[in-house]
Formats: sequence, structure tokens, C-alpha cells
Amino acid sequence: MSAQREIAIVAFHQSPCQASAGAANEVELIMPELRAVFDQVGLANAQDVDFVCSGSCDYLQGAAFAFVAGVDALGAVPPIRESHVEMDAAWALYEAVLKIRMGHADSALIYGFAKSSPGELPIVLSQQLDPYYLAPLWVDTVSLAALQARLMLDAGLITEGDMAEVVKRSRRNAMTNPLAQLAGETSVADLLAKPHYLSPLRRHDCCPVSDGAAAMIIATVEQAKAWGMPYVRLSGIDHRIESHNLCLRDLTDSVSTRKAAAAAGMNAGAVDVAELYAPFSHQEIILSRALGLGEDTRVNPSGGVLAGNLMMASGLSRIGEVFQRIVAGEAGRGVAHATNGPCLQQNLVAVLEAA
Amino acid sequence: MSEDNNAQAREPVTGMDAPIYLQYQFTAGRAPSRFLHALKQGRLTGQRCPGCSQVYIPPRGSCPACGIATDEEVTLSNKATVQSFTIVYIPIPGNPIKPPYIVANLVPDGANISFIHLLSDCVNEEVHIGQRVEAVWKPAQEWDYKMDNILYYRPLEEPDVPVELIGRLPVEGWEGQA
Repeated sequence: MSAQREIAIVAFHQSPCQASAGAANEVELIMPELRAVFDQVGLANAQDVDFVCSGSCDYLQGAAFAFVAGVDALGAVPPIRESHVEMDAAWALYEAVLKIRMGHADSALIYGFAKSSPGELPIVLSQQLDPYYLAPLWVDTVSLAALQARLMLDAGLITEGDMAEVVKRSRRNAMTNPLAQLAGETSVADLLAKPHYLSPLRRHDCCPVSDGAAAMIIATVEQAKAWGMPYVRLSGIDHRIESHNLCLRDLTDSVSTRKAAAAAGMNAGAVDVAELYAPFSHQEIILSRALGLGEDTRVNPSGGVLAGNLMMASGLSRIGEVFQRIVAGEAGRGVAHATNGPCLQQNLVAVLEAA
Repeated sequence: MSEDNNAQAREPVTGMDAPIYLQYQFTAGRAPSRFLHALKQGRLTGQRCPGCSQVYIPPRGSCPACGIATDEEVTLSNKATVQSFTIVYIPIPGNPIKPPYIVANLVPDGANISFIHLLSDCVNEEVHIGQRVEAVWKPAQEWDYKMDNILYYRPLEEPDVPVELIGRLPVEGWEGQA
């Protein structure tokens, strides 16, 4: 086997998580984030990278082909090499990594955008379920997560106090994250005093609905050096999917996350920091256990997506968060996780290491 | 299972009703909103790219060629040039206009790209590329956030614009430059 080309993450930027981005359309959401990463590297526009890949879902804002309209933010004259995934942009990153590893590109721009506020997100997402049995029942994502939490509580794997502890830490960590939507000091007792929403979930156990975008630039290590950029090595990335039939899955565990982490080489070294895409408090516990994270790992120092969830961009942002902490010298090695689908159906794990 | 049930089970299910209703609070976008507000006041506007100076209509907020924001609003002329056209001979479902009628790519004076609108009050067979036309607006009291505030475009008695100059006219227009 020939040596794989090493991937370097060189730039990342994310917008604030806002409950509503107002009238801004996809172009107006994406453009400032692209400008920010282009400026970090000193590039003019998408003409200066070899490949562009985005992640988004037009159902969120109810605008057909918004992902195509978003290309207006790129500077695609003359035409560029561009692709899109109807998934979180972490999977757009995966596609870009493959392009570079295969030698088809030396650099890539990845972005994801979310305008979830125009619709009812949990209802919109019910339509990603299988079309014959579940979608016609309109089972929403929060209800499915509640079923999952109930299984865990009933099996004695977690307590409601454990869930509140996750929320408390998220809110506290988010106080140092200027992009967060929800932050503040709270206590487990205060949280448990709140009424149930979709039992056993309370509102604070569920991530908020947020509008925004995120962008990243990756390259070969040689290209990163040529640009003169500080970079972080993306030493491994892998993703696994579980059955769409929720009844066939063990919802109290995340086998796909564990397999992806093993394939991405997570266990080859210490993990200083982990950013996990857990839209519900109990899912952070599932993920931490699946990854085997211990006391030495800081989990979701950004507050995670309980502090703000850019649907279709939060996964990329988890990777961006770890990138920024390694560049800042706060961590030497970290792991980032992204998810898609109900109850953590599909999971991606990326391992990042200081250059 | 009876003989009947087995026969039934072998029948393919060829359809099922699963209607999807999703409600959205839709917004047009910041740049399209500015365009639609001006349109309601009887003005066609474009936006100029600070990089390449191209003026886009309808504006979407960026210069798609440069990938940068277009913040400068430009009021365009009611006069335009035919860039391309087709004569529609078949009825289009839902379209109240009776064929044959003309759909054209038009570039308003002051803009650099065309948009699509109807051409009428004309002899269909005489419509041609480079032809000068002007907007026929509805009465002002009927104006809304809609492109059909302009009912259609009609021919002007002006010299044709050479193909290489279509999309390059200033907002002041063409008359006298021929």
C-alpha cells in the first residue's frame, strides 16, 4: 500500500448560533464564514482551492435547491469542482479528505449551513425516517430521543441527575464560548426542578434550534506549509451507520461510534479534548462511554451542541473546535464526533493531532 | 391462510397515501427583500459587485462570479434589450396567458445580466435579439412584492443594440449612442 497523503486542517470559522438569522438567505449565511477562512489563509475565493464540498438539507428552511443557490457565495466563475452531501458537513469533510488522499486535489474548502428556524425542526426531521412505516406516523426526533433516554433510565444505565449534570457542564462551558446560544451557571437541583417536556426529557436536555454556518479549509501538509499556515494533522477519520430500523438497534449504546473511533485510530494515543455531537444530554453519556473517554479528557469544552446546534454544520464545527484548541496549544491530541439521523444512527469520528 | 388470502398477498401494493405537510415561516433573504421592497414602489433595482462592478438583477446578496457581498443598490431603467426569446405555442398548465406569446431574456439598462419576462404589444414574428423594449407597469395601486407588477415589456422605437453591447448599456440607456 502506498503511503497515504497526510491531511492538514488549516482554517476554520463558525458563525454565532442564533435562534433566528432573520431574513438572511443561504448565500448571506455562508458568505461571511467563507470570507473568514479565505482571509485566514490569504485566498481570494473558491478558485484558490482544488475542491469544494458542502453539507446542508433544503428541508430545514423549506427552500428547494438552497444548496445550489448557496454556490453563489463561492465565486464559481470560471466553473469549479464542487460537491454536496445532504448530511452534516462533517461528511462533506470526509468526501474532501478522500479527494485529497486519492491525489485528486491538494486543498479543499468545506462548509455547512443551517437555517432551521423557518420550519419545525423535529417535525421536519421526522421525514428522514423510513417512508412506509415511520414517516407517515410523524414520529419526531425529540420523541425518538425520549424513547432512547427512557431505555437508559429503565436499565439503570443513567439517572436524570446524570443528564442534568451534562446540561450543567454544557451551560457552564458555553460561558466562555461567544458563539453559544445558551450559557450560564445552573445547578443539577435547579434543572431537575424543571417540568418534563417529552418525558423523560426536559427542555434543557434537548439542543436548541439554531441558524448559522461554518467553514473549514484543509490541504495536504505540503500545501499547508507552502501557505505558511499553522496546521493540525487530521490523522484519522471514519464513519459507520446503523440500521434505519430503530427496533433493530441497541439504543443504549453506540456501536457505530465505537467502530468509527477504532478505525480512525483514536486509541493510538491520549485524548486531551473531545467534542461530541450530542443533541440530547443522555446521548453525550452514550458517546463518552462508547469512546471510552476517561477523566483525562475534557469533553465539550465549547458547551457542545446543547449550547447551540447548527443542524448540518455542528458536526464540522466539532472538528473545528478541536482544531482551534490544538492550534491554541490547549491540547495536543483530540477527537471530534459528528452524528446524523435519529438516536445517533450514523456517526463519524475524526482524530486530530498537533503538527 | 386461505387460498383467497394467499392470492391477495401476491398482489403488489402500488400506492399508499402519505401526505406531507410542513409549515415554514419563509423569508426571501436580505438582498431579495430590498429588491422586492423597491419593486413594490415601482422601481427595478440591481446590486453592484465591489470587485468586478457587474450589476445583478434580481440580486441575491453576492456576486456569484467573485463570491463577495453586493451591498450597493442600483436603480435600473425601465428600458431593456432583448438578449434572447422564444415564442410559446402550447398552453402551459396553470398559466392564464393564451399562446402564442413571447418569453424573453431581457437586460435592463444599467444591469449586466438578464432576467426573464414576457414580451407583448408586438408582432411576434418581428421580435429579435438586440431589440429595445420597455416595461409596462400595472397601475400603482396594484403594486405588490411581485415581478408581475410589470405586466410585460413592449417594443420601443429605438435602434437595435449590437449583440456585443447587450448587457453593457449604462442606466442612461442607448438612444443617441447608436
